[in-house]
Amino acid sequence: MTTTTQETPRTMTDAAKISVRDTRKTFALKDEEFVALDGVSLDVADNEFVTVVGPSGCGKSTLMNIVAGLETPTSGEVLVDGAGVTGPGPERGVIFQQYALFPWLTVRKNVEFGLKVAGLPAAERRERAEHYVRLVGLEQFADALPKTLSGGMKQRCAIARAYAVNPSILLMDEPFGALDALTRVRLQEQLLETWSSEKRTVLFITHDVDEAVFLAGRVVVMAARPGRIHEVIDVDLPYPRTEEVRLSPEFGELRNRVWRAVYHQPAGR
Amino acid sequence: MTTSTVSTPTAAKNGSPPRRRTGKRTTLLVLNTVSVVGGIGIWWLLALSGLQLPTPPEVLAKAVELAADGTLMEDLTASLGRVLAGFLLGSAAAIPVGFLMGWYTPARGLFEPWIQFFRTIPPLALLPLVLVLMGIGELPKVFVIFLAAFLACVISTYQGVVSVDRTLINAARVLGAKDGTIFLRVVVPASSPFILVGMRVGLGSAWATLVAAELLAAQAGLGSRMQQAQTYYDLATIFVSIVVIGVLGLVMDRLLLAAETKLTGWQERR
Repeated sequence: MTTTTQETPRTMTDAAKISVRDTRKTFALKDEEFVALDGVSLDVADNEFVTVVGPSGCGKSTLMNIVAGLETPTSGEVLVDGAGVTGPGPERGVIFQQYALFPWLTVRKNVEFGLKVAGLPAAERRERAEHYVRLVGLEQFADALPKTLSGGMKQRCAIARAYAVNPSILLMDEPFGALDALTRVRLQEQLLETWSSEKRTVLFITHDVDEAVFLAGRVVVMAARPGRIHEVIDVDLPYPRTEEVRLSPEFGELRNRVWRAVYHQPAGR
Repeated sequence: MTTSTVSTPTAAKNGSPPRRRTGKRTTLLVLNTVSVVGGIGIWWLLALSGLQLPTPPEVLAKAVELAADGTLMEDLTASLGRVLAGFLLGSAAAIPVGFLMGWYTPARGLFEPWIQFFRTIPPLALLPLVLVLMGIGELPKVFVIFLAAFLACVISTYQGVVSVDRTLINAARVLGAKDGTIFLRVVVPASSPFILVGMRVGLGSAWATLVAAELLAAQAGLGSRMQQAQTYYDLATIFVSIVVIGVLGLVMDRLLLAAETKLTGWQERR
Protein backbone atom coordinates (compact mmCIF):
# COMPACT_ATOMS: atom_id res chain seq x y z
CA MET A 1 0.00 0.00 0.00
CA THR A 2 2.37 2.66 -1.17
CA THR A 3 0.05 5.61 -1.29
CA THR A 4 2.64 8.29 -1.58
CA THR A 5 1.65 11.28 -3.64
CA GLN A 6 3.91 13.96 -5.00
CA GLU A 7 2.04 16.75 -3.24
CA THR A 8 2.71 15.38 0.23
CA PRO A 9 6.43 15.24 0.71
CA ARG A 10 6.35 16.07 4.41
CA THR A 11 3.85 13.52 5.54
CA MET A 12 4.47 10.44 3.50
CA THR A 13 4.97 7.07 5.06
CA ASP A 14 5.32 3.72 3.45
CA ALA A 15 2.21 1.83 4.52
CA ALA A 16 -0.62 4.31 4.91
CA LYS A 17 -3.58 3.12 6.96
CA ILE A 18 -5.29 6.46 6.50
CA SER A 19 -4.45 8.59 3.53
CA VAL A 20 -5.91 12.07 3.27
CA ARG A 21 -5.27 13.41 -0.22
CA ASP A 22 -5.42 17.07 -1.13
CA THR A 23 -8.66 17.44 0.76
CA ARG A 24 -10.57 20.70 0.68
CA LYS A 25 -13.71 21.55 2.60
CA THR A 26 -15.63 24.79 2.34
CA PHE A 27 -18.76 25.99 4.07
CA ALA A 28 -21.05 28.67 2.72
CA LEU A 29 -21.32 31.55 5.16
CA LYS A 30 -23.64 34.53 4.81
CA ASP A 31 -21.66 36.48 2.23
CA GLU A 32 -18.49 34.46 1.66
CA GLU A 33 -17.27 30.93 1.68
CA PHE A 34 -15.35 29.69 4.68
CA VAL A 35 -12.41 27.44 3.85
CA ALA A 36 -12.25 24.91 6.71
CA LEU A 37 -9.62 22.77 5.01
CA ASP A 38 -7.43 23.82 2.13
CA GLY A 39 -5.49 21.11 0.33
CA VAL A 40 -4.75 18.96 3.35
CA SER A 41 -2.70 15.82 2.76
CA LEU A 42 -1.72 13.43 5.49
CA ASP A 43 -0.74 9.78 5.69
CA VAL A 44 -1.08 7.83 8.91
CA ALA A 45 0.69 4.48 9.19
CA ASP A 46 -0.82 1.32 10.65
CA ASN A 47 -0.87 1.42 14.48
CA GLU A 48 0.55 4.92 14.52
CA PHE A 49 -0.60 7.39 17.15
CA VAL A 50 -0.97 10.80 15.52
CA THR A 51 -2.23 13.89 17.31
CA VAL A 52 -3.55 16.94 15.53
CA VAL A 53 -3.22 20.26 17.32
CA GLY A 54 -4.00 23.78 16.26
CA PRO A 55 -5.88 26.97 17.06
CA SER A 56 -9.66 27.00 16.87
CA GLY A 57 -10.95 27.30 13.33
CA CYS A 58 -8.01 25.39 11.86
CA GLY A 59 -10.35 22.64 10.69
CA LYS A 60 -9.02 19.85 12.88
CA SER A 61 -12.49 18.63 13.82
CA THR A 62 -13.61 18.91 10.21
CA LEU A 63 -10.64 16.77 9.22
CA MET A 64 -11.66 14.13 11.75
CA ASN A 65 -15.30 14.20 10.66
CA ILE A 66 -14.24 13.66 7.05
CA VAL A 67 -12.06 10.70 7.97
CA ALA A 68 -14.96 9.37 10.08
CA GLY A 69 -17.27 9.70 7.09
CA LEU A 70 -19.63 12.05 8.92
CA GLU A 71 -18.82 14.85 6.50
CA THR A 72 -17.88 14.74 2.83
CA PRO A 73 -14.97 16.77 1.47
CA THR A 74 -15.64 19.45 -1.14
CA SER A 75 -12.75 18.06 -3.15
CA GLY A 76 -9.98 15.54 -2.64
CA GLU A 77 -10.40 12.14 -1.03
CA VAL A 78 -9.70 10.05 2.01
CA LEU A 79 -8.54 6.47 1.71
CA VAL A 80 -8.69 3.92 4.48
CA ASP A 81 -6.78 0.72 3.71
CA GLY A 82 -6.61 1.97 0.16
CA ALA A 83 -10.39 2.28 -0.28
CA GLY A 84 -12.23 5.59 -0.55
CA VAL A 85 -14.32 6.67 2.43
CA THR A 86 -18.00 7.14 1.54
CA GLY A 87 -19.58 7.12 5.00
CA PRO A 88 -19.04 5.95 8.57
CA GLY A 89 -17.93 2.38 9.08
CA PRO A 90 -17.34 0.09 12.04
CA GLU A 91 -13.63 -0.17 11.20
CA ARG A 92 -13.33 3.48 12.26
CA GLY A 93 -14.33 4.02 15.88
CA VAL A 94 -15.08 7.59 16.92
CA ILE A 95 -14.84 9.12 20.38
CA PHE A 96 -16.57 12.45 20.80
CA GLN A 97 -15.75 15.28 23.17
CA GLN A 98 -19.28 15.18 24.58
CA TYR A 99 -19.03 11.42 25.31
CA ALA A 100 -22.24 10.76 23.32
CA LEU A 101 -23.22 7.84 25.53
CA PHE A 102 -26.82 6.69 25.18
CA PRO A 103 -28.21 7.96 28.48
CA TRP A 104 -30.98 5.35 28.66
CA LEU A 105 -28.52 2.46 28.48
CA THR A 106 -26.24 1.18 31.23
CA VAL A 107 -22.46 1.19 30.76
CA ARG A 108 -22.59 -2.45 29.68
CA LYS A 109 -25.44 -1.87 27.22
CA ASN A 110 -23.65 1.15 25.79
CA VAL A 111 -20.56 -0.95 25.18
CA GLU A 112 -22.73 -3.68 23.65
CA PHE A 113 -24.53 -1.27 21.29
CA GLY A 114 -22.21 -1.65 18.31
CA LEU A 115 -22.05 -5.42 18.81
CA LYS A 116 -25.84 -5.61 18.78
CA VAL A 117 -25.93 -3.59 15.58
CA ALA A 118 -23.42 -6.03 14.10
CA GLY A 119 -25.79 -8.87 15.03
CA LEU A 120 -23.55 -10.74 17.44
CA PRO A 121 -25.23 -13.38 19.63
CA ALA A 122 -26.04 -12.26 23.19
CA ALA A 123 -23.44 -14.44 24.93
CA GLU A 124 -20.58 -13.24 22.78
CA ARG A 125 -21.77 -9.66 23.10
CA ARG A 126 -21.74 -9.89 26.84
CA GLU A 127 -18.33 -11.47 26.93
CA ARG A 128 -16.74 -8.81 24.75
CA ALA A 129 -18.45 -5.98 26.56
CA GLU A 130 -17.21 -7.46 29.84
CA HIS A 131 -13.66 -7.49 28.51
CA TYR A 132 -13.65 -3.87 27.41
CA VAL A 133 -15.50 -2.60 30.47
CA ARG A 134 -12.73 -4.22 32.52
CA LEU A 135 -10.03 -2.85 30.21
CA VAL A 136 -11.12 0.71 31.03
CA GLY A 137 -11.64 -0.12 34.69
CA LEU A 138 -15.40 0.32 34.88
CA GLU A 139 -16.35 -3.21 35.95
CA GLN A 140 -17.89 -1.92 39.18
CA PHE A 141 -20.12 0.41 37.19
CA ALA A 142 -21.17 -1.99 34.44
CA ASP A 143 -24.84 -1.70 35.39
CA ALA A 144 -24.83 2.02 36.16
CA LEU A 145 -26.57 4.60 34.00
CA PRO A 146 -24.36 7.33 32.46
CA LYS A 147 -26.00 10.03 34.60
CA THR A 148 -24.38 8.53 37.69
CA LEU A 149 -20.85 8.63 36.22
CA SER A 150 -18.26 11.39 36.34
CA GLY A 151 -16.99 12.97 33.12
CA GLY A 152 -13.83 10.86 33.14
CA MET A 153 -15.78 7.66 33.66
CA LYS A 154 -18.17 8.56 30.86
CA GLN A 155 -15.28 9.02 28.48
CA ARG A 156 -13.75 5.70 29.57
CA CYS A 157 -17.10 4.08 28.81
CA ALA A 158 -17.12 5.75 25.38
CA ILE A 159 -13.59 4.43 24.74
CA ALA A 160 -14.72 0.92 25.71
CA ARG A 161 -17.73 1.25 23.41
CA ALA A 162 -15.53 2.29 20.49
CA TYR A 163 -13.02 -0.52 21.19
CA ALA A 164 -15.72 -3.18 21.50
CA VAL A 165 -16.59 -3.24 17.80
CA ASN A 166 -12.90 -3.89 17.14
CA PRO A 167 -12.12 -0.99 14.83
CA SER A 168 -8.67 -0.80 13.31
CA ILE A 169 -8.77 2.98 13.60
CA LEU A 170 -9.73 5.21 16.52
CA LEU A 171 -10.69 8.80 15.78
CA MET A 172 -10.79 10.93 18.89
CA ASP A 173 -12.14 14.47 18.77
CA GLU A 174 -10.82 16.38 21.82
CA PRO A 175 -11.97 13.50 24.01
CA PHE A 176 -10.50 14.93 27.20
CA GLY A 177 -11.29 18.56 26.43
CA ALA A 178 -14.12 18.84 28.95
CA LEU A 179 -12.24 17.23 31.83
CA ASP A 180 -10.26 18.80 34.63
CA ALA A 181 -6.45 18.81 34.39
CA LEU A 182 -5.85 15.92 36.83
CA THR A 183 -8.44 13.61 35.31
CA ARG A 184 -7.11 14.48 31.90
CA VAL A 185 -3.54 13.40 32.77
CA ARG A 186 -4.81 10.17 34.30
CA LEU A 187 -6.94 9.39 31.23
CA GLN A 188 -4.01 10.13 28.90
CA GLU A 189 -1.96 7.53 30.73
CA GLN A 190 -4.82 5.03 30.71
CA LEU A 191 -5.44 5.59 27.03
CA LEU A 192 -1.81 4.84 26.22
CA GLU A 193 -2.00 1.75 28.40
CA THR A 194 -5.10 0.54 26.57
CA TRP A 195 -3.51 1.41 23.25
CA SER A 196 -0.31 -0.47 23.98
CA SER A 197 -2.21 -3.60 25.03
CA GLU A 198 -4.49 -3.41 21.97
CA LYS A 199 -2.76 -1.43 19.24
CA ARG A 200 -4.87 0.64 16.89
CA THR A 201 -4.23 3.45 14.47
CA VAL A 202 -5.18 6.60 16.36
CA LEU A 203 -5.96 10.07 15.05
CA PHE A 204 -6.37 12.24 18.12
CA ILE A 205 -7.57 15.85 17.89
CA THR A 206 -6.67 18.20 20.73
CA HIS A 207 -6.02 21.85 21.47
CA ASP A 208 -3.67 20.99 24.32
CA VAL A 209 0.02 21.08 23.32
CA ASP A 210 1.19 18.94 26.28
CA GLU A 211 -1.42 16.32 25.50
CA ALA A 212 -0.48 16.30 21.82
CA VAL A 213 3.20 15.66 22.59
CA PHE A 214 2.65 13.20 25.43
CA LEU A 215 0.43 10.85 23.43
CA ALA A 216 1.80 11.00 19.93
CA GLY A 217 4.42 9.44 17.79
CA ARG A 218 3.83 12.35 15.48
CA VAL A 219 2.21 15.74 16.05
CA VAL A 220 0.45 17.45 13.17
CA VAL A 221 0.23 21.20 13.76
CA MET A 222 -2.51 22.92 11.82
CA ALA A 223 -3.03 26.58 10.98
CA ALA A 224 -6.27 28.48 10.50
CA ARG A 225 -7.79 30.65 7.77
CA PRO A 226 -7.62 28.62 5.67
CA GLY A 227 -7.33 25.37 7.65
CA ARG A 228 -4.13 23.65 6.59
CA ILE A 229 -1.22 21.60 7.88
CA HIS A 230 1.45 23.94 9.18
CA GLU A 231 4.10 21.57 10.42
CA VAL A 232 4.52 17.90 11.28
CA ILE A 233 6.76 17.17 14.25
CA ASP A 234 8.05 13.68 15.06
CA VAL A 235 7.99 12.78 18.73
CA ASP A 236 10.83 10.31 19.22
CA LEU A 237 10.21 9.69 22.90
CA PRO A 238 10.02 6.08 24.07
CA TYR A 239 6.77 4.29 24.99
CA PRO A 240 5.55 3.61 27.63
CA ARG A 241 5.26 7.29 28.35
CA THR A 242 5.66 7.62 32.06
CA GLU A 243 5.69 10.60 34.35
CA GLU A 244 9.44 10.51 33.95
CA VAL A 245 9.06 11.07 30.23
CA ARG A 246 6.60 13.87 30.85
CA LEU A 247 9.09 15.66 33.11
CA SER A 248 12.16 15.01 30.95
CA PRO A 249 14.03 17.83 29.20
CA GLU A 250 13.48 16.08 25.84
CA PHE A 251 9.72 16.28 26.36
CA GLY A 252 10.06 19.93 27.31
CA GLU A 253 12.01 20.69 24.17
CA LEU A 254 9.47 19.02 21.94
CA ARG A 255 6.63 20.71 23.79
CA ASN A 256 8.30 24.08 23.21
CA ARG A 257 8.73 23.31 19.55
CA VAL A 258 5.09 22.36 19.11
CA TRP A 259 4.06 25.37 21.19
CA ARG A 260 5.96 27.72 18.91
CA ALA A 261 4.48 26.04 15.86
CA VAL A 262 0.96 26.48 17.25
CA TYR A 263 1.21 29.95 18.70
CA HIS A 264 3.64 31.67 16.36
CA GLN A 265 2.19 30.87 13.00
CA PRO A 266 2.53 33.17 10.05
CA ALA A 267 -0.67 35.13 9.40
CA GLY A 268 -3.25 33.45 7.19
CA ARG A 269 -3.24 33.99 3.48
CA MET B 1 -57.25 28.84 58.95
CA THR B 2 -56.17 29.17 62.57
CA THR B 3 -54.97 25.57 62.50
CA SER B 4 -52.43 26.34 59.81
CA THR B 5 -50.73 29.14 61.74
CA VAL B 6 -50.46 26.91 64.77
CA SER B 7 -49.03 23.88 63.02
CA THR B 8 -46.57 25.63 60.72
CA PRO B 9 -43.87 26.40 63.29
CA THR B 10 -43.87 22.85 64.66
CA ALA B 11 -43.62 21.48 61.15
CA ALA B 12 -40.78 23.85 60.38
CA LYS B 13 -38.99 22.69 63.50
CA ASN B 14 -39.07 19.11 62.16
CA GLY B 15 -37.09 20.27 59.16
CA SER B 16 -33.92 20.86 61.17
CA PRO B 17 -30.58 20.51 59.28
CA PRO B 18 -29.59 16.84 59.92
CA ARG B 19 -32.50 15.38 57.99
CA ARG B 20 -33.31 18.33 55.84
CA ARG B 21 -34.79 16.51 52.86
CA THR B 22 -37.17 14.26 54.74
CA GLY B 23 -37.95 17.16 57.05
CA LYS B 24 -38.89 19.35 54.13
CA ARG B 25 -41.13 16.64 52.72
CA THR B 26 -42.91 16.17 56.03
CA THR B 27 -43.43 19.92 56.25
CA LEU B 28 -44.94 19.97 52.80
CA LEU B 29 -47.18 17.01 53.57
CA VAL B 30 -48.37 18.61 56.79
CA LEU B 31 -49.08 21.86 54.95
CA ASN B 32 -50.95 19.98 52.21
CA THR B 33 -53.16 18.27 54.79
CA VAL B 34 -53.74 21.52 56.64
CA SER B 35 -54.71 23.19 53.39
CA VAL B 36 -57.19 20.47 52.38
CA VAL B 37 -58.79 20.24 55.81
CA GLY B 38 -58.88 24.04 56.06
CA GLY B 39 -60.48 24.35 52.63
CA ILE B 40 -63.22 21.87 53.47
CA GLY B 41 -63.70 23.75 56.76
CA ILE B 42 -64.20 27.04 54.92
CA TRP B 43 -66.65 25.36 52.54
CA TRP B 44 -68.58 24.00 55.51
CA LEU B 45 -68.62 27.41 57.22
CA LEU B 46 -69.83 29.10 54.05
CA ALA B 47 -72.59 26.47 53.65
CA LEU B 48 -73.70 27.02 57.25
CA SER B 49 -73.57 30.80 56.95
CA GLY B 50 -76.54 30.85 54.60
CA LEU B 51 -74.83 30.59 51.20
CA GLN B 52 -76.79 28.11 49.10
CA LEU B 53 -74.20 25.36 49.22
CA PRO B 54 -74.63 21.76 50.35
CA THR B 55 -72.53 20.89 53.42
CA PRO B 56 -69.78 18.25 53.15
CA PRO B 57 -71.89 15.60 54.96
CA GLU B 58 -74.76 16.22 52.55
CA VAL B 59 -72.47 15.76 49.58
CA LEU B 60 -71.02 12.62 51.13
CA ALA B 61 -74.51 11.23 51.71
CA LYS B 62 -75.39 12.00 48.09
CA ALA B 63 -72.26 10.25 46.90
CA VAL B 64 -73.16 7.13 48.91
CA GLU B 65 -76.68 7.27 47.51
CA LEU B 66 -75.51 7.63 43.90
CA ALA B 67 -72.98 4.85 44.37
CA ALA B 68 -75.63 2.56 45.93
CA ASP B 69 -78.15 2.90 43.12
CA GLY B 70 -75.51 2.40 40.45
CA THR B 71 -75.80 5.82 38.85
CA LEU B 72 -72.25 6.81 39.81
CA MET B 73 -70.79 3.63 38.38
CA GLU B 74 -72.75 4.04 35.18
CA ASP B 75 -71.56 7.64 34.79
CA LEU B 76 -67.99 6.69 35.59
CA THR B 77 -67.95 3.89 33.05
CA ALA B 78 -69.47 6.10 30.38
CA SER B 79 -67.05 8.97 30.98
CA LEU B 80 -63.93 6.86 31.43
CA GLY B 81 -64.78 4.78 28.38
CA ARG B 82 -65.02 7.89 26.23
CA VAL B 83 -61.91 9.54 27.57
CA LEU B 84 -59.78 6.41 27.34
CA ALA B 85 -60.97 5.59 23.83
CA GLY B 86 -60.32 9.14 22.63
CA PHE B 87 -57.03 9.49 24.50
CA LEU B 88 -55.59 6.14 23.42
CA LEU B 89 -56.60 6.62 19.79
CA GLY B 90 -55.31 10.19 19.86
CA SER B 91 -51.92 9.24 21.31
CA ALA B 92 -51.63 6.20 19.05
CA ALA B 93 -52.15 8.42 16.02
CA ALA B 94 -50.04 11.31 17.33
CA ILE B 95 -46.86 9.34 17.97
CA PRO B 96 -46.32 8.03 14.42
CA VAL B 97 -47.41 11.34 12.89
CA GLY B 98 -45.05 13.25 15.22
CA PHE B 99 -42.19 10.90 14.29
CA LEU B 100 -42.91 11.28 10.58
CA MET B 101 -42.93 15.06 10.93
CA GLY B 102 -39.66 15.10 12.81
CA TRP B 103 -37.89 12.57 10.61
CA TYR B 104 -39.09 13.41 7.09
CA THR B 105 -39.23 17.00 5.92
CA PRO B 106 -42.01 16.31 3.34
CA ALA B 107 -44.23 14.84 6.08
CA ARG B 108 -43.62 17.94 8.15
CA GLY B 109 -44.52 20.17 5.24
CA LEU B 110 -47.76 18.29 4.63
CA PHE B 111 -48.98 17.91 8.22
CA GLU B 112 -47.81 21.11 9.84
CA PRO B 113 -50.31 23.65 8.42
CA TRP B 114 -53.27 21.53 9.54
CA ILE B 115 -51.89 20.83 12.95
CA GLN B 116 -50.97 24.46 13.55
CA PHE B 117 -54.42 25.54 12.40
CA PHE B 118 -56.42 23.08 14.48
CA ARG B 119 -54.20 23.68 17.48
CA THR B 120 -55.57 27.20 17.77
CA ILE B 121 -59.18 25.95 17.85
CA PRO B 122 -60.41 24.51 21.14
CA PRO B 123 -61.59 20.98 20.17
CA LEU B 124 -64.89 21.75 21.84
CA ALA B 125 -65.56 24.54 19.34
CA LEU B 126 -65.78 21.84 16.70
CA LEU B 127 -68.50 20.00 18.59
CA PRO B 128 -71.49 21.67 16.87
CA LEU B 129 -70.07 20.75 13.48
CA VAL B 130 -69.15 17.25 14.59
CA LEU B 131 -72.61 16.71 16.08
CA VAL B 132 -74.23 17.68 12.82
CA LEU B 133 -71.93 15.43 10.81
CA MET B 134 -71.72 12.43 13.13
CA GLY B 135 -75.05 12.43 14.95
CA ILE B 136 -75.50 12.35 18.69
CA GLY B 137 -74.06 8.90 19.49
CA GLU B 138 -70.70 8.14 21.08
CA LEU B 139 -68.74 8.92 17.94
CA PRO B 140 -68.76 12.75 18.03
CA LYS B 141 -67.71 12.85 21.70
CA VAL B 142 -64.91 10.34 21.24
CA PHE B 143 -63.85 12.25 18.16
CA VAL B 144 -63.40 15.62 19.86
CA ILE B 145 -61.53 13.93 22.71
CA PHE B 146 -59.37 12.16 20.15
CA LEU B 147 -58.62 15.51 18.57
CA ALA B 148 -57.74 17.11 21.91
CA ALA B 149 -55.34 14.30 22.83
CA PHE B 150 -53.89 14.06 19.34
CA LEU B 151 -53.06 17.75 19.01
CA ALA B 152 -51.35 17.96 22.39
CA CYS B 153 -49.30 14.83 21.83
CA VAL B 154 -48.32 15.30 18.20
CA ILE B 155 -46.56 18.63 18.74
CA SER B 156 -44.65 17.28 21.70
CA THR B 157 -43.56 14.13 19.86
CA TYR B 158 -42.41 16.22 16.91
CA GLN B 159 -40.42 18.48 19.25
CA GLY B 160 -38.86 15.40 20.80
CA VAL B 161 -37.73 14.01 17.47
CA VAL B 162 -36.20 17.25 16.19
CA SER B 163 -34.37 17.88 19.44
CA VAL B 164 -32.59 14.51 19.52
CA ASP B 165 -28.90 15.22 20.07
CA ARG B 166 -27.05 14.99 16.72
CA THR B 167 -23.97 13.51 18.38
CA LEU B 168 -26.04 10.55 19.63
CA ILE B 169 -27.16 9.88 16.06
CA ASN B 170 -23.56 10.24 14.85
CA ALA B 171 -22.36 7.95 17.65
CA ALA B 172 -24.82 5.29 16.47
CA ARG B 173 -23.80 5.79 12.84
CA VAL B 174 -20.10 5.33 13.53
CA LEU B 175 -20.95 2.15 15.46
CA GLY B 176 -22.41 0.82 12.22
CA ALA B 177 -26.12 1.56 12.74
CA LYS B 178 -28.26 2.24 9.68
CA ASP B 179 -31.30 4.53 9.54
CA GLY B 180 -33.85 1.97 10.76
CA THR B 181 -31.74 1.01 13.76
CA ILE B 182 -30.97 4.64 14.57
CA PHE B 183 -34.67 5.39 14.51
CA LEU B 184 -35.67 2.51 16.79
CA ARG B 185 -32.71 2.50 19.15
CA VAL B 186 -31.81 6.18 19.34
CA VAL B 187 -34.59 8.48 18.15
CA VAL B 188 -37.45 6.63 19.87
CA PRO B 189 -35.84 6.35 23.32
CA ALA B 190 -34.33 9.84 23.11
CA SER B 191 -37.70 11.41 22.40
CA SER B 192 -39.68 9.31 24.89
CA PRO B 193 -39.58 12.03 27.59
CA PHE B 194 -41.22 14.44 25.16
CA ILE B 195 -43.83 11.87 24.15
CA LEU B 196 -44.78 11.20 27.75
CA VAL B 197 -45.08 14.90 28.54
CA GLY B 198 -47.26 15.23 25.45
CA MET B 199 -49.42 12.34 26.62
CA ARG B 200 -49.85 13.96 30.02
CA VAL B 201 -50.88 17.25 28.49
CA GLY B 202 -53.10 15.31 26.06
CA LEU B 203 -54.80 13.46 28.87
CA GLY B 204 -55.55 16.67 30.73
CA SER B 205 -56.89 18.21 27.57
CA ALA B 206 -58.95 15.07 26.78
CA TRP B 207 -60.48 15.02 30.24
CA ALA B 208 -61.43 18.70 30.09
CA THR B 209 -62.94 18.26 26.64
CA LEU B 210 -64.87 15.17 27.71
CA VAL B 211 -66.66 16.82 30.59
CA ALA B 212 -67.57 19.83 28.48
CA ALA B 213 -68.75 17.61 25.63
CA GLU B 214 -70.97 15.70 28.01
CA LEU B 215 -72.44 18.92 29.30
CA LEU B 216 -73.55 19.71 25.78
CA ALA B 217 -74.66 16.38 24.49
CA ALA B 218 -74.84 13.10 26.36
CA GLN B 219 -77.31 10.78 28.06
CA ALA B 220 -74.89 9.39 30.61
CA GLY B 221 -71.58 10.46 32.07
CA LEU B 222 -70.33 12.73 34.82
CA GLY B 223 -70.85 15.87 32.76
CA SER B 224 -74.39 15.03 31.72
CA ARG B 225 -75.24 14.09 35.31
CA MET B 226 -74.28 17.62 36.35
CA GLN B 227 -76.29 19.04 33.51
CA GLN B 228 -79.40 17.15 34.68
CA ALA B 229 -78.79 18.05 38.33
CA GLN B 230 -78.62 21.69 37.33
CA THR B 231 -82.19 21.61 36.01
CA TYR B 232 -83.42 20.09 39.31
CA TYR B 233 -81.33 22.47 41.42
CA ASP B 234 -79.57 19.40 42.88
CA LEU B 235 -76.38 21.03 44.14
CA ALA B 236 -75.20 17.96 46.05
CA THR B 237 -75.08 15.88 42.88
CA ILE B 238 -73.16 18.64 41.10
CA PHE B 239 -70.63 18.64 43.94
CA VAL B 240 -70.27 14.87 43.83
CA SER B 241 -69.63 15.02 40.07
CA ILE B 242 -67.07 17.80 40.44
CA VAL B 243 -65.17 15.94 43.13
CA VAL B 244 -65.23 12.68 41.16
CA ILE B 245 -64.03 14.43 37.99
CA GLY B 246 -61.19 16.06 39.92
CA VAL B 247 -60.13 12.88 41.68
CA LEU B 248 -60.22 10.80 38.49
CA GLY B 249 -58.21 13.43 36.59
CA LEU B 250 -55.65 13.50 39.36
CA VAL B 251 -55.38 9.70 39.53
CA MET B 252 -54.87 9.40 35.76
CA ASP B 253 -52.25 12.14 35.78
CA ARG B 254 -50.38 10.48 38.65
CA LEU B 255 -50.44 7.14 36.83
CA LEU B 256 -48.88 8.73 33.75
CA LEU B 257 -46.39 10.60 35.93
CA ALA B 258 -45.36 7.32 37.56
CA ALA B 259 -44.94 5.76 34.11
CA GLU B 260 -42.90 8.78 33.05
CA THR B 261 -40.60 8.56 36.05
CA LYS B 262 -40.08 4.86 35.47
CA LEU B 263 -39.49 5.12 31.72
CA THR B 264 -37.42 8.29 31.62
CA GLY B 265 -35.52 8.08 34.90
CA TRP B 266 -32.28 7.88 32.89
CA GLN B 267 -32.49 11.57 32.10
CA GLU B 268 -29.74 13.77 33.44
CA ARG B 269 -31.22 16.58 35.51
CA ARG B 270 -29.35 19.82 35.17
